[in-house]
Amino acid sequence: MSRIETADVVVIGAGIIGAACAEALSASGLRVLVVDRGAPAGGTTAGGEGNVLLSDKAPGPELDLAVLSRRLWPELIEALRAELGDEAARVEWEPKGGLVVATDQDAVGPLAILAEAQREVGVEAVELTPDEARAMEPHLTEQVAGAVHYPGDAQLQPVLAATAMLAAVRARGGEVRGGAEAHGLVFDAWGKVAGVHVGRETIACDAVVNACGPWAGHFSVAVGAPIEVLPRRGMVLVTGPLPHVVGRKVYAADYVAAVASSNVDLQVSAVVESTATGTVLIGSSRQRVGFDEALQVEVLRRLARSAVKLFPVLAGVPVMRTYGGFRPYTPDHLPVIGEDPRFPGLWHASGHEGAGIGLAPATGRLLADLMCGRESEVDPLRFKVDRPAVIAEVRT
Amino acid sequence: MRRIVVIGAGPAGMAAASAAALHGVDVVLIDAGAKLGGQYHRQDALAPGDRFAPSVKLASRRYELPPNVEHVANAAVWAIEPVDGGHRAHLRVGPADGLDRRGRAVEARALVLATGAYDRALPFPGWDLPGVFTAGAAQALAKGQGVAVGDRVVVGGTGPFLLPVAASLIGAGARVVEVAEANAAVTGWLSKPAGALAGWSKSGELARYAGMLARHRVPYRSRTAVVEAHGSECVESVTVARLDALWNPVPGSERRVEADAVAVGFGFTPQLELALAARCRVEDGFVVVDAAQGTSAPGVFAAGELTGIGGADLAASEGAVAGAAAAKFVGAAVEPPLRAMARVRSGRRFAEALNAAYPVRPGWQGWLRDDTIVCRCEEVTRAALYRAVDERDVGAARSLKLVSGAGLGLCQGRVCGRNVAELADVDGTGFAKRPIASPIRLSELAEEEPVESPIDAEESGRALGVEY
Amino acid sequence: MRVRFDGEEVEVQEGQTVAGVLLAKGVRSWRTTRGAGRPRGLFCGIGVCFDCLVKVNGVPDVRACQRVVADGDDIRTQAGAELPS
Repeated sequence: MSRIETADVVVIGAGIIGAACAEALSASGLRVLVVDRGAPAGGTTAGGEGNVLLSDKAPGPELDLAVLSRRLWPELIEALRAELGDEAARVEWEPKGGLVVATDQDAVGPLAILAEAQREVGVEAVELTPDEARAMEPHLTEQVAGAVHYPGDAQLQPVLAATAMLAAVRARGGEVRGGAEAHGLVFDAWGKVAGVHVGRETIACDAVVNACGPWAGHFSVAVGAPIEVLPRRGMVLVTGPLPHVVGRKVYAADYVAAVASSNVDLQVSAVVESTATGTVLIGSSRQRVGFDEALQVEVLRRLARSAVKLFPVLAGVPVMRTYGGFRPYTPDHLPVIGEDPRFPGLWHASGHEGAGIGLAPATGRLLADLMCGRESEVDPLRFKVDRPAVIAEVRT
Repeated sequence: MRRIVVIGAGPAGMAAASAAALHGVDVVLIDAGAKLGGQYHRQDALAPGDRFAPSVKLASRRYELPPNVEHVANAAVWAIEPVDGGHRAHLRVGPADGLDRRGRAVEARALVLATGAYDRALPFPGWDLPGVFTAGAAQALAKGQGVAVGDRVVVGGTGPFLLPVAASLIGAGARVVEVAEANAAVTGWLSKPAGALAGWSKSGELARYAGMLARHRVPYRSRTAVVEAHGSECVESVTVARLDALWNPVPGSERRVEADAVAVGFGFTPQLELALAARCRVEDGFVVVDAAQGTSAPGVFAAGELTGIGGADLAASEGAVAGAAAAKFVGAAVEPPLRAMARVRSGRRFAEALNAAYPVRPGWQGWLRDDTIVCRCEEVTRAALYRAVDERDVGAARSLKLVSGAGLGLCQGRVCGRNVAELADVDGTGFAKRPIASPIRLSELAEEEPVESPIDAEESGRALGVEY
Repeated sequence: MRVRFDGEEVEVQEGQTVAGVLLAKGVRSWRTTRGAGRPRGLFCGIGVCFDCLVKVNGVPDVRACQRVVADGDDIRTQAGAELPS
């Protein structure tokens, strides 16, 4: 395939969000170049668990986006399969449902209130007795006080998902270029984006999408359009291969509080699930340490404790790996999806924190709808760039 | 208190511990084995005490470490954590992979990594059959356990190490059917200027091994390799072929050889995970060190095969330099160990010449077929790997593992990493990143471990780099 | 010292590893892979390849080449991935 010298859109970042944006844009007939300073799907996406969750979101704009995304994922996978074939579109999609477990009585009430509110906006949330929960997950702790089953929760393998979408972009005449760093924008006489500097080249284009994940803030500063996107570190433990022990995505009720929290300190709450290859993934931690990658054993220790508390059977299984990554967050914990009011033609799609895998297709769809002037299915205003949490002051 | 931690009790680690201890520094010497010596001085595990096989430096007398060295045996270092002013080593001590190992966390301002290397095994059809071993396995079982891995054994691979492996197998009662060296004959090379002039003390030893093979009428064939193992549940025979200069099998040269075991070794792969966890710079697969064996990470020194494959003598010399430097780093009065440093320089010249003469050449990739397993743990075939490379176009180890499955199993890419990296044409270092350096049970991980001798951050502020 | 291997009593010596005991007894494989169910035994012999996994006293995923036997150990073959019992 020939190297693209001009594109309709250049997407910066070949992670799950960049891939989803590029997929949606190329599906709209646009010629897309995706560039990444590292390897495609090699950053935050490779450090994710593959959550496609409704259960951890309270009613509001993020849940709206999640509901749309949950509908789009299977449609998208089906379309990719038709376009690319079964193997190239394989993403280990598992619509296995989630189970949120309260292990002490105090947590049961708030969990029920959340479930009720979610049901009101159409999310399936079934309250279970401890016995019902244990019948569903036989290895679950006997300390269950209450549980809610979310049939809509799902899981996929994020690197497979991102690379499948990128393969579709290539199949539609686009290009994905790894090891290529974008470092500046080119503007036309009217102040609109007209190109982007990538390495030593300048690529002429009509639009640039900042999909740099946790580095979206860095990129925005580098091109003179600062937005507030910060990194939050998360770690996951991986056990050795096991027989099937955990059927659903099972997590402790305090996870919901942790997701919504702005606490700077380390937060750990159990999220336990089996993968298609037999390993069990144990999350999740959230920590603000900038881009510090140093191992912290205390984080691993607390993950281990929380997992054994939910599934005592795991006590004797070996942990063979830990991985982690930086999740992008905004101060108001909502993604930023839209055009930068300061620089027409510059778009942002980031700030999904730990939910980017799940929210990717809806994000791509929303961005493509906005760029192509189509009606969008979710209200774009709540994700707009010019909100106080993202841009302290909009320069004119 | 002046104290350093040395990880690995092979030739490099023992030398480092001794050197630091002689300068009055307390040493915690940690090793996975029950006995000192590591893979090279593999001791007879069934005999009491420390008794090394006859070798150059440690004759067969009882070996004792200086009294201010604490040897922590049967210990798995599963993580190295950077802390203010130094590093914390997390270990579990007790029966390997057991549930009831004791947890310890030891801090030190200076750390010597001497984690060594293991045999590189190249894949070939049938290499996943029981009865195919690495050369190191044959050696370890023969020397350590008094067991021959088979009755009729073919030894294959490249480099001088194949000779002592064959000799150990004979010593353990096996019949070595032949030794297949994929490059040129070792004996020939040693008589050439590059080998002889380097003054390697091992050449006499190798001549003895060669003599032993001759006495037992073991054919030693150069430019030859085991390219397939046959059998249903176990190895029953192997195909041996002549190789051209790039290691492509010469058509028509294949011979079927009856054997119940194969021992193969194609050089060595350093155990990099702890060095990477300590954030040491790695280039071309080895830890980069300065003249004092200092790595790019302050207070972290590396010695032995981690810095380049060079054998036990070089490892011990590097260990002596590293131990002295680590002692100096924590404040001991240390003069540059000039003699050891000179031995390191000459040892490296020899090692470079040797490694240049016994490389792994690309023709091995042609030994594989579509259904040949490349990742033993996850049973990923070559066809599946190539498919992932073509369809997913990821270009880096981290994502390649996740799309192909290769390197995701319990060995975490230790066996397949370099091979997969070469097959897929990506940088292999990504396969060596293992923040959990050895599996740990969840209940063990959940346990609090008291930190021994935490670093005094104020004092550590005064630590200086070591420059000679 | 004695251990049991799949129920059968075996005489062992101090310092022997599980792999050393089994190979000396002529056992070449003591595990099957979880994917294709293929037999596996010792491969690297020094603890890096995780091929020689065996169950010791109810705990699976023990490297036979690293584990030194203790009197009374109950050693069992491992079939694919197993949970501790």
